[in-house]
Amino acid sequence: MVTLNNIVKTYNKGEIKAVNNVSFTVKEGELFGLIGPDGAGKTSIFRILTTLLLPDSGNASVNGWDVMRDYKSIRSHVGYMPGKFSLYQDLSVEENLNFFASVFNTTVRENYDLIKDIYVQIEPFRNRRAGKLSGGMKQKLALCCALIHRPKVLFLDEPTTGVDAVSRKEFWEMLKRLKQQGITILVSTPYMDEASLCERIALIQNGRIMSVDTPSTIIQGFPEALFAVKTNHMSRLLHDLRSNALVKSCYSFGEFHHITFAEDPGIAKDELVRWLQEQGHQQVELRPITPTIEDCFIELMTSHA
Amino acid sequence: MKFSIFHIQFFIFVRKEFHHVFRDRKTLLMLFGLPIVQILLFGFALTNEVKNSRIVVCDYAKDEASARIIHKLDAGNNFRIERSLMSHNQIEEAFKEGKIKMAVIFPDGFRNDLLHLNQAQVQIIADASDPNTASTLTNYASSIILDYQQQLIQSTALPYRITPELRMLYNPELKGATNFVPGVMSLVLMLVCVMMTSVSIVREKENGTMEVLLVSPLNPFLVIISKAIPYLFLSVINLTVILLLSVYLLDMPVNGSIVLLFAESILFIITALSLGLLISNVAQSQQSAMLASVMGMMIPTMLFTGFMFPIENMPVPLQVISHVVPARWYYTIVKSIMIKGLGFESIQKETFILIGMTCVLLLVSFKKFKTRLA
Amino acid sequence: MKEAVIQTEKLTKRFGDFIATNEITFEVYAGEIFGFLGANGAGKTTAMKMLCGLSAPSSGSATIAGFDIYRQTEEIKRNIGYMSQKFSLYEDLTVLENIRFFGGIYGLSDRRLKEKSALLIDTLGMKNEVKKLVGSLPLGWKQKLAFSVAILHDPKIVFLDEPTGGVDPVTRRQFWDLIYAAADSGITIFVTTHYMDEAEYCNRISMMVDGVIKALDTPANLKKQFAAASMDEVFFELARGAVRNE
Repeated sequence: MVTLNNIVKTYNKGEIKAVNNVSFTVKEGELFGLIGPDGAGKTSIFRILTTLLLPDSGNASVNGWDVMRDYKSIRSHVGYMPGKFSLYQDLSVEENLNFFASVFNTTVRENYDLIKDIYVQIEPFRNRRAGKLSGGMKQKLALCCALIHRPKVLFLDEPTTGVDAVSRKEFWEMLKRLKQQGITILVSTPYMDEASLCERIALIQNGRIMSVDTPSTIIQGFPEALFAVKTNHMSRLLHDLRSNALVKSCYSFGEFHHITFAEDPGIAKDELVRWLQEQGHQQVELRPITPTIEDCFIELMTSHA
Repeated sequence: MKFSIFHIQFFIFVRKEFHHVFRDRKTLLMLFGLPIVQILLFGFALTNEVKNSRIVVCDYAKDEASARIIHKLDAGNNFRIERSLMSHNQIEEAFKEGKIKMAVIFPDGFRNDLLHLNQAQVQIIADASDPNTASTLTNYASSIILDYQQQLIQSTALPYRITPELRMLYNPELKGATNFVPGVMSLVLMLVCVMMTSVSIVREKENGTMEVLLVSPLNPFLVIISKAIPYLFLSVINLTVILLLSVYLLDMPVNGSIVLLFAESILFIITALSLGLLISNVAQSQQSAMLASVMGMMIPTMLFTGFMFPIENMPVPLQVISHVVPARWYYTIVKSIMIKGLGFESIQKETFILIGMTCVLLLVSFKKFKTRLA
Repeated sequence: MKEAVIQTEKLTKRFGDFIATNEITFEVYAGEIFGFLGANGAGKTTAMKMLCGLSAPSSGSATIAGFDIYRQTEEIKRNIGYMSQKFSLYEDLTVLENIRFFGGIYGLSDRRLKEKSALLIDTLGMKNEVKKLVGSLPLGWKQKLAFSVAILHDPKIVFLDEPTGGVDPVTRRQFWDLIYAAADSGITIFVTTHYMDEAEYCNRISMMVDGVIKALDTPANLKKQFAAASMDEVFFELARGAVRNE
């Protein structure tokens, strides 16, 4: 449905390589996530796919239409939600929706079934100016406006950034239901925990794709055994772990630190526990865990560098 | 079928634009308030310098007396005196074309009358649509003549009397309004059309809605044109308000056809909108759009239209620049219609210049219009 | 008894009929890493603005670093540092110029400024970047630099408003290393974040819902209280019942 082949995009006369030889495909009806921090190249890729930017080299297509030659077809058949809230702040919810419907030569009534579940949540505010909605409501409205013409592909560029965790969860629920309607959805996000909500993901950093696959396959591909460590003094623990030759990598992950071992973990872990206790740590907990996408991202980042 | 969809979309866009304009209360206030304030402020108008006005002297007398007076007029070196024998019609024509600011006419037998009748007349006609200049010039001429009269009296002890017959053309009561109301009209229409249009388009780019609109089947040019419509509408209303104020409050004359005035005004509005369009194409932010509008348009309009500072006073290179400022031509058109009561034939040149400018601006805008972000 | 660097008593901010912050009462102790959490619209930003001396409360009282929130806002501003995601440094000045500029604003003497900036550059490993424009640096470096500049004058408290938004996971953790180092040196950290794992790094956390502080405790205690396995779940439990979701 969506294909990118060796896309390169630079800014400032080649000084900034925003997209560096990116290739991947998205299947029809997939919920695909482009995961990476700010500056990784996500927005540039989205803009190339929605024909707003021309790549320096490489080719890409959406639904068989080439992004350079057939841009008019693409523009008529996709839904696009760019990064920040880009609807009309001084028009009401209803006015915004009606406006975008007519932009796509349709009416709200025609495709109401598609947006109904989402719209009912903001319907009580339909006369309120869009600028006066809360962050979560704005996202819902923007989503409705992007869907109103029943697009084949939906491009959502960081739709959950700046929105609180509860609204974020609701948003993903809505996306899952939309997927069932057969719409191909590409979402970009810097939040690693959202990656597991997608069918397939591409991890992107500094303009390069580090990995493209289903979340579970990526997690299975984590090269080493991962362990979680906890003691009564976490900041000192971090210090100590990093100074110990047994430990290969160590990153804080909230309540636990995640570590990998430089040698065979079977033996090393017991040795480490003993050593920590010697260092004065108490309530030492060490156990193997399944990596998260964030663990994989960090591993890929550091091994690439 | 395609035709009517286009129309519907256009209408929907224009309606949205009207929403935007009317919901932005503060800007709306400024747009309507500004001309009113300007009119009232300028009501106590400005003094201008009057140097280098062109005066024609028609010496039918060709005698010693007239020669003396003309010599004195010339000696001042302040004005450009042209001596030529023109008929009454030719003089009228010269005034209409704005070629001269004052005419001093010595009738046949000037000196004779002085000597034999002890009184003679000199006709002084001035273009009073700029009342300040007219006053200054006529005062100057009158004082020179009176001075000569004094000399005569002193040297011969005869009660000579030379009476300058003053005629203030077009504006006999020397109303200041006639000068600046057309200027305010040019300024306000330029302001509304150029700045507001370009800012509105760039705002769309800035807040990201332009991106969303581009990724749609919409013809992007539709977006731009529909933004101009509310400002066209607003400008006509503004124009009406200014005219009503000036006619009823400031006694401004409307000697020519109102229909022609509105028609030419709408042409000028379209010229200004095209300029706004062009600016919006190149400006990346609302700030730069505003800056470009102010620097590229407002200031030249104020300086080069001719209502604050007479163009003739300026050094030649600046006069050349003034030809490129659309408001200059509109100003001339308005004055010709409102104050001089002239018809279309007299303003053909200016009209065609404006039409030409509009076409060039629109052409360049079309070419520069980007259908992608970069 | 630890010294309380922030003390509020029924601090309230009203905008017309709307009560953004409703009689919040809490204390923050010296050297603490205090997490100030809450959903958007819960009243966090309003509260922070008051604590920084940027907005006057409608009622209630508070002292920040020992200074009164109504009468001594200038002293407050002089004794705190502030950093947010939206504003950090001047993009069109170099690293060194930014450091000098803010050092000057904070009133550091030339000698002290020289010492501190050398230390800062060394700690961040930015020796090769001092003459580069901040705008050309990657986001992560900007954030780290911004934080270091915010504590250049060794303030008592530093307020961090979502400092790690959008940053890659490795840099995020490096940022928290800097926060730990600052806390160790005695600076109190008052931080808001959307990342729930970062909540775990804090000594204590408060959660605002609908303008009120609904919970305030250590992460471990909160998890016990709500029978939750992670801070994520604690957040959901509390934020779910929020009315102020408009």
